[in-house]
Amino acid sequence: MAYNVHDIRAQFPILNQTIHGHPLVYLDNAATSQKPLAVINAISDYYLNYNANVHRGVHTLSQRATDGMESVREQVRAHINAKEAAEIIFTRGITDSINTIAFGLSSIVKKGQNVVITEMEHHSNIVPWQMLCERTGAELRYFPVNAQGELVINDVDTIIDEDTAVVSFNHISNALGTINPVQLLLKKAQSVGAWTLVDGAQSGPHAMVDVQDWGVDFFTLSSHKMYGPTGLGILYGKRERLEALPPYQGGGEMIETVTMEKSSYAGIPHKFEAGTPHIEGIIGFGAALTFVNELGIENIAAHEAELLAYAVEQCSPIEGFRIIGDSMHKASVLSFVVDGTHPYDLGVLLDQQGVAIRTGQHCTQPIMDAFCVTGTARASFALYNTKEEVDLFKAALEKAVNMLK
Amino acid sequence: MSSIQEKQQVLIDDFDFIEEWMDKYNHIIEMGKSMTTLSEEEKEEDLLVKGCQSKVWLKAEKKGDNVVFKADADAIIAKGIVAMLIDVFSDQPAKEVAHADLSFLEKMGLKDHLSPTRANGLMSMITQMKYYALVFAG
Repeated sequence: MAYNVHDIRAQFPILNQTIHGHPLVYLDNAATSQKPLAVINAISDYYLNYNANVHRGVHTLSQRATDGMESVREQVRAHINAKEAAEIIFTRGITDSINTIAFGLSSIVKKGQNVVITEMEHHSNIVPWQMLCERTGAELRYFPVNAQGELVINDVDTIIDEDTAVVSFNHISNALGTINPVQLLLKKAQSVGAWTLVDGAQSGPHAMVDVQDWGVDFFTLSSHKMYGPTGLGILYGKRERLEALPPYQGGGEMIETVTMEKSSYAGIPHKFEAGTPHIEGIIGFGAALTFVNELGIENIAAHEAELLAYAVEQCSPIEGFRIIGDSMHKASVLSFVVDGTHPYDLGVLLDQQGVAIRTGQHCTQPIMDAFCVTGTARASFALYNTKEEVDLFKAALEKAVNMLK
Repeated sequence: MSSIQEKQQVLIDDFDFIEEWMDKYNHIIEMGKSMTTLSEEEKEEDLLVKGCQSKVWLKAEKKGDNVVFKADADAIIAKGIVAMLIDVFSDQPAKEVAHADLSFLEKMGLKDHLSPTRANGLMSMITQMKYYALVFAG
């Protein structure tokens, strides 16, 4: 089936509006994606027809809600090829996922050991590990980044060593778009017996992942970056790894028995799902996954790669235009500066012309420091963007640069 | 020397005269470009205005009963906005700056047009100016 972007756009009513008198060009997809009708309708359907709290109820609505939620767990399992649905945990987001693991490792990671991340991580994959290191006395190490925005992994054997307890890194960088050599790093980490986590925030909407093929211990996704609702993250964990960790939060749903003295915990996944889950979000995410898989992630990735290449070609002649992160292996992110202008100013003037981009440090201060920039402007593409939008973006950028210089 | 109110009225009229917001921004940018800025040595950490997305330095000096402001910013629109405020409030009696009415911002449409974070940045600049003025007014 041919990829028909105009039919696809019809599924995203929000795109059909004007901003300051100009047609909206939404290029802030790495921050959050828009939601198709299928997702919006699934959420409405849940509230119109089967809203109830899950798991505890014997009544029909509760069972329907539980079935709806649990069928999405199975859908996610199939999507990333986990061994069993119990290895899929619903969290509040990637930040919550990573904190769950970093907290759980508090009594496992010891002083004298080290935790390895990279210089291009989102703050959510830096700060929880810094906190773990503070609690345990472990050392935090990182892979630096070269001028192309790629990880420098020549000295992988000195960074990951026998004392490495955890290796955690992103699959695709949100600030640069670089696709990292996941399997190479995982193989090294696994050879020293480290716990491994891959942050799939940016890869979820652009790349197929097979967690068993990778052999990764933990993998985490963000619903709202994959055309699903906000407030929901996915945490995959290998059964034996999840079982070895203590729960992160206590409360309802995560217990087996409770007396006033002591409680025993439920098995996975419920041990890590304290409290009423984000039921509508989970149901909506199921619809998002179906939507994405019907289009085919490979087709989506090919469409986005075409847009990225076209945008690079169009924008490169603009005087002072510099791409931050021009790795050969990149996904749908165009992070750039225009010499002599400030990213914030570009962002304001593009917005005046209907073009939504992100400006600033993208929650990745260390990598901005590494590139000696205070921030970048970032256009990021999604399955519904078009070449015509890239043209509008380029024209708006040129106008902004002319005003600012 | 025009009063604060007169200066404000000039700004309101200028903004009213320019129809398109892109052109209003152009006006702000031009004000930023022509502002007397701070030297690198003057840009001290403690002059940074908190709550702005870009870096804005604001310096105040007492000149008789008046307060004189100087400023700089690393982004040009922020620079233009602070230039506009300096045009209104600098070299005016500290007492009047401290108690100045701010409805001109609404009349210019600036408050509605800026994103909430930028509107907060604008308010942070004004709060800082008024704070200096209050101290100088004794």
